[in-house]
Amino acid sequence: MNRFGNVLITAAAVLVLVFGVSGMAAAQEGPIKVGVAGAHSGDLASYGIPTVRAATLVVEERNEQFGGIDGKKIELLVEDDVCKPEIATNTATKLVSDGAHVVIGHICSGATKAALGIYNDQKLVTMSPSATNPALTQSGDYPNFYRTIASDDAQARLQVDYALKEMGLKKLAVIHDKGDYGKGLAEFAKKFIEDEENAEVVLYEGVTPGAVDYSAVVQKVKRSDADGVIFGGYHPEASKIVMQMRKKKMDIPFISDDGVKDDTFIKVAGEYAEGVYATGPRDTSKNPIAKKAVEQHKAKYGEDPGAFFLNAYAAAMALLNAIDVAGSTDYDGITKALQSEFVATPLGIIRFDERGDAIGIGFSMYQVQNGKYVELEE
Amino acid sequence: MKIQDIKESFFIAAWFILLTFPIMVIQVNPIENIIEWRWWNLILVGAGSFMLSFVWRYLMNRKAGQKRKESEDAEDIPLTQRLLRNPRFFVPALIVLGVFVFAFPFLFSAYQINIMTTALIYVVLGLGLNIVVGLAGLLDLGYVAFYAVGAYSYALLNHHFGLGFWTVLPVGAFMGAMFGVLLGFPVLRLRGDYLAIVTLGFGEIIRLILENWNAFSFGPSGIANIPRPGFFGVDFSLEASSRYLYFLMIAMALFTIFVVNRLQNSRIGRAWIALREDEIACQAMGIDKTKTKLTAFALGATWAGMVGVMFAAKTTFINPASFTFLESAIILSIVVLGGMGSIVGVIIGALVLILLPEYLRAFSEYRMLLFGAIMVIMMVFRPQGIISGVRRTYQFKGKGDKAVKTRETVKQPAPTTDHS
Amino acid sequence: MDWEYFFELLLGGLTRGSIYALIALGYTMVYGIIELINFAHGEIYMIGAFTALIAANVLTMLGMNELAVLVLASVVAILYSAAYGFTVEKIAYKPLRQAPRLSPLISAIGMSIFLQNYVLLAQTSDFLPFPSLIPELEFMEPIAHIISSAEVIIILTTAVVMILLTLLIKYTRIGKAMRATAQDRSMAMLVGVNVNRVISTTFVIGSALAAVGGVLIASHIGMINFYIGFIAGIKAFTAAVLGGIGSIPGAVLGGMVLGWTESFATGYVSSDYEDVFAFALLVIILIFRPAGILGRSTTQKV
Repeated sequence: MNRFGNVLITAAAVLVLVFGVSGMAAAQEGPIKVGVAGAHSGDLASYGIPTVRAATLVVEERNEQFGGIDGKKIELLVEDDVCKPEIATNTATKLVSDGAHVVIGHICSGATKAALGIYNDQKLVTMSPSATNPALTQSGDYPNFYRTIASDDAQARLQVDYALKEMGLKKLAVIHDKGDYGKGLAEFAKKFIEDEENAEVVLYEGVTPGAVDYSAVVQKVKRSDADGVIFGGYHPEASKIVMQMRKKKMDIPFISDDGVKDDTFIKVAGEYAEGVYATGPRDTSKNPIAKKAVEQHKAKYGEDPGAFFLNAYAAAMALLNAIDVAGSTDYDGITKALQSEFVATPLGIIRFDERGDAIGIGFSMYQVQNGKYVELEE
Repeated sequence: MKIQDIKESFFIAAWFILLTFPIMVIQVNPIENIIEWRWWNLILVGAGSFMLSFVWRYLMNRKAGQKRKESEDAEDIPLTQRLLRNPRFFVPALIVLGVFVFAFPFLFSAYQINIMTTALIYVVLGLGLNIVVGLAGLLDLGYVAFYAVGAYSYALLNHHFGLGFWTVLPVGAFMGAMFGVLLGFPVLRLRGDYLAIVTLGFGEIIRLILENWNAFSFGPSGIANIPRPGFFGVDFSLEASSRYLYFLMIAMALFTIFVVNRLQNSRIGRAWIALREDEIACQAMGIDKTKTKLTAFALGATWAGMVGVMFAAKTTFINPASFTFLESAIILSIVVLGGMGSIVGVIIGALVLILLPEYLRAFSEYRMLLFGAIMVIMMVFRPQGIISGVRRTYQFKGKGDKAVKTRETVKQPAPTTDHS
Repeated sequence: MDWEYFFELLLGGLTRGSIYALIALGYTMVYGIIELINFAHGEIYMIGAFTALIAANVLTMLGMNELAVLVLASVVAILYSAAYGFTVEKIAYKPLRQAPRLSPLISAIGMSIFLQNYVLLAQTSDFLPFPSLIPELEFMEPIAHIISSAEVIIILTTAVVMILLTLLIKYTRIGKAMRATAQDRSMAMLVGVNVNRVISTTFVIGSALAAVGGVLIASHIGMINFYIGFIAGIKAFTAAVLGGIGSIPGAVLGGMVLGWTESFATGYVSSDYEDVFAFALLVIILIFRPAGILGRSTTQKV
C-alpha cells in the first residue's frame, strides 16, 4: 500500500466523521412490516423455526380475513441470527434498515440482549417468545422489550417450591448444561434452596453439552446421596442424564425445566422419561385458539408444531392487536396498547406489565405419565 | 462433448443417487413409525449431479491446462500479481478503491455498513493470523482465544472500572500479546499438527474458563451494555454510529496493513519466513528460533486483542459462545483461502468469507450448505488461494552486477512439517 | 478412599475412552497416510449413525427380528459410510494432492460444514431417538448398575478393531502398501504401489470404522442429530494426537487417557472443567513428549 493512499483515506475518514452524519426516517407508507428473528439454521434451528411458522400463520390469517390492519397488508421479514450475539446485531440492523415496525424475536437470550440495543435506539417494540433471562425485563435496560414467556427465576422458584414442599426433598443435586439458559436457571434454583432452612444443595455441577457420555456425573450424583435432581438446560442433555441414571438403577426424582418440557424429550428418552418432572407454561391446549393454531400448523406443515410455537403465536397476535388498537406503528402507541389492552391468545387472555413481562402467563409443574406430560394440580 | 463423457456423467449421477438415497429419499419418523419416501429428491439428485459433473470436468480440464502452461513458462506470473505490481494499474485502482471505501457508508444502508464493519474486523484478524500461519508457518487453530481476551478486556475493564474504549484499545492489544507469549512458551518444541492441536486446546481452555468462572467473567450469560466507542462525547444515531464504527475499522485496518507490511519486510519478518521454509537451516543461519517464534505469536495475537476490543464495542454484548473453535476455523480459512502470506489475498479472503454468508441470506436455510460447498470448490480449483503470496528473492546476475531484487510467486508456501 | 466409586469412574472412563478411540482410529489412519486432519471424519461418523437409524426403522417396519435389524442396519451403515468417505476423498482431497499443505485442511472444514447442513436439510435439526440395537444381555443383569451390555460391547469392539487393524497394517499386502505410502509417497509410486488406490482404501477403512463407532455409540447414547459428529470429532482428534498421530495403538491409548482424565476430573474435581483438564493434559503430555505418547520422535536429519 502506498503511503499517499493511506493519508488520503484517513483524512477522508476524519472529514466524514466531522461533517457527514444524517438521520434516518422510517417510512410510514406501505405495508406493515413485522420482523421475525431467531435461529433458523445451525444447531439451534429447531428452537427458531416454529416461531417463523407461527408468525406466518398469524399474519396469513390476518391478511386473508381482514386484509391486514387498516387496509395495510402485513409483511414478514424473516432473518436468521443462528443464536449468536455478533450475528444478531447484523440481523437487527438489517431488520431496521428494511423498515421493520415491530420485531418478534429473538429466540436465545444472548442474541436478544445484543440485538435489543439496536432496537431500543430505533424505538422498535420487540417481543420474544422464548428469551427467559430475568435481566431482560428486570434490569430496566430494555424498555422496548416484551415477552410471552415467564422469566427463569419464576421457573426456578416453582421447581424449588415443588421439590421442597410438595415432594419433601431435603438434599438436592443441581445440574446445568453450562449454557446461558440452563446455568442461569440452576443458579436461581441453588440460591432459592440455600435460602430455605431445612434443605441443602449437595452437588452443583455443569455438564458439557454434546458429550458422548455422562456416567461420571451420574456416579457423582449417586455418591452425593441426593434425594432429587434439579436440571437446568435442554432436552438432549436431560434425556442422556435421565437415561444413564435409570440404567444405573437410580430412581430419585428428576425435576427439570421448560427446555425439557418438550415432546421430543419423551420420544427420545422413551420409557426412561416416565416420572420425570418439568416446569412449563400453563397448559393451554384446551384453549380454543391454541387448538386452532395447532390445527393450522398441521394443515400447512404436516406435522406437530415445535418448541415455543404457541408463545410465538401469542406474540404475533399481541403485536398485531397492539398495532390495530394504536392505529399506527408508532412506538408509544404500541407500547400503550400492549400495556393496557387485554388480548386473547393461545396462552390465555394476556396483557403486559411495564417491565414487559406478560401478565397471565405462568408456569405449572408437569410430570411424564404414560408417555405424556400431564399437568399436576397444585 | 464426447460420448464417453456422457457415459461417465451417467455413472456419476447413478453413484450419487445411490449415495444420497437413504438420507435424501427416506425420512423416518421413529416416533409415529411412519416412513416418508421422497422420490422427487431422487430425480433432483440424479439430474443435479449429472449436470454438475460436466461443470466439474470442464473446470478440472481448465485447471490442468493452466498448470501445463505454468510449467512451460516458469517465469509466468499470475495476472493478479502483474496487475498489482504495475503502477499504471495500481495507482488508479487504489484511488478508485479509496473513493469507494470513502463513499460506501453514504451509498448503502446501515445494515450494509454494519456487515462491512464486521468484514473489516475479520480483515484485521486475518492479517494477524497471517503473521503466525502465513509468515512464520505455525499452524494456529486457537487464534480466537486472543480475540476473546481483547473483547473481555474491554467488557470487564469497562464494567468494573468504567474505562473507555480508547483507553482499553491499547490494553487489549497488550493483553493479546501477553497471551500470545503465554501460549508461545509451551509450544516452542512442537511442530506441525501437534502445534495445531495444542493451540486448539488453548483456545478451548480460554473459552471454557470464560464459560465456567462466573465470578470473573459472568459466565455464559455474558456481559451486556458495553458502550460503543465515544467521539468527544457526541451522541450518534444508529446510522451515524454505524458509519463512525465503519471508519474506525477502516482506520484500524489501514494501520494493520501498514504495520504488517512493514513487519513483513523487516529483519524479524524475514526471520519468520526463514523459519517457515526450513527450521534447521534457519537456526544454522544464527536466527534465534525461540525469540522468532515468540514474537510471531505475540505480534499475531496483538491484532486479535485489539480488534477484540472493537468487537465488544460494536456488538455491545459478548458471551463465550462467540469464541468457539468454528470461529478459529473461519479465520484460518480466510488466511488460506485468500492466499497465505499475501496481504491483499487475506483482505479479499476476509471480504469473501464474511460477506458471502450475509449475501447468501437470500438462500436462507441453504446458506451454510452453499458456504461449505464454496469453501471446498475454491480450494479444489485455487488451492494456492485467491491471491498467491509473493516472496522476495535475490538473484545473482552474473559478475559485477548487484544483487537485483525480484519477486516470484510462491509455489508452496507450506508450514514446516515433521519431515525434512 | 472409596474404591467402588473409583472403580465406577474407571469403567466410565474406559467406555468414554473407547468411544473416542473408535473414532480416533479413522483420524489416525488418514493422517498417517496423507498427513491431513480430516475434519469431515466426524461427519462420516454422523452419517453412519443416521444411515443406521434410517435402515433400522425401515427394517423394523418390514417386520424383521431384532438381531437381523442389528446386523443389517450395521452393514448398511458401514457400506454407506465407506462410500461417503470414498466420495469425499475423491471430491475434496484428491485434487489437492499437490497443493500447499493447508489447502486440504480448509477443504476438509468446508466439507464438514457441507455434510452437517446436508443432513440437517435432508433430515431434521431435531434429535432423533436411536433404537437400542444392542440387546441387554441377561447374564449381565447383576452388574447392570455398574456397566451395561452396550458399554461392554463398545469396549470389546474397540479392542478387536485395534488388533485387526494392527494385523492388517503389519501383515497384509495393502497394509504394507499403506506403510510405504505413508513413508514416502513418490518412492512408493516408484516401486509400483498404486498410491491413489491405497489412499482410497484408507479412507474406506477409516470411514467404515467410523460407521461401526456411529452405530455402537448412538445405540448407547440413544439419540442422534446432525451435530454429533463435530464434537465427537474434535475429541477423537485430540485423542489421536495425544497417543501419537499415525499410530494405531496410540489412538486407542490416547482415547483411554482422555476418557479417564475426563472421568476422574469430573468425579473428583468438577465436570465444569472436565474439558479444561483434558486439554491441559494434552498440552502437558505434548510438552514432554512432543510426538505424543506412542509417537516416534524423529530425529531431524539435514
